[in-house]
Amino acid sequence: METKSNEWEATTRKNVRHLAYWTGAWVLTVALASFGPKFLWDYNSSTSIVAILVSTLVGVGMILMNRKYTNGLDELHRKVTMEAMAIALGVGVVGGLSYSLLDVSNVIPFDAEVGPLIGLIGITYFIAFIVGSIRYK
Amino acid sequence: MKNRIKVLRAERNMTQEDLAIEVQVSRQTINAIEKGKFDPSLPLAFKISRLFELAIEDIFQYE
Repeated sequence: METKSNEWEATTRKNVRHLAYWTGAWVLTVALASFGPKFLWDYNSSTSIVAILVSTLVGVGMILMNRKYTNGLDELHRKVTMEAMAIALGVGVVGGLSYSLLDVSNVIPFDAEVGPLIGLIGITYFIAFIVGSIRYK
Repeated sequence: MKNRIKVLRAERNMTQEDLAIEVQVSRQTINAIEKGKFDPSLPLAFKISRLFELAIEDIFQYE
């Protein structure tokens, strides 16, 4: 049989690499927008607005790259990814609202911050992706 | 959905990787289809049937 390379794998590898670059850039810009006001520009509002705007724009780039990555996957991997995203989104919405209600009703003695919610969504996606991958192995 | 991909592959001395490359999906996808864990899309079923030069219903049987 004629030796052919799997173009799908090469495309996916390239998309993963680009998604990692966008994600890394977004994390850096978020870190800059978060810690910059205190450590770099002494709460100058104009600089903070620019930093947040840059972070948002890079975030939009990351979202578009994630869409390209998902669309570039082969159909089984796309199904596993979409199922994991659906579960993560559901857990995020339900968990986020419950967490917020705990705060509003003063059940928890601290403010409901967004950090734990992001962590919950990330961990849920990771677990759902692993479980999905094993299911179709 | 049942299918005869494993048999057709064996008749042509093809590995799962060979078939995956021919129809541009991952080897895991071919493996999941063969085991009946995953039903291919219509375009992928057409690609597979064209590769084996058979009708789709000669490869895939709906249970």
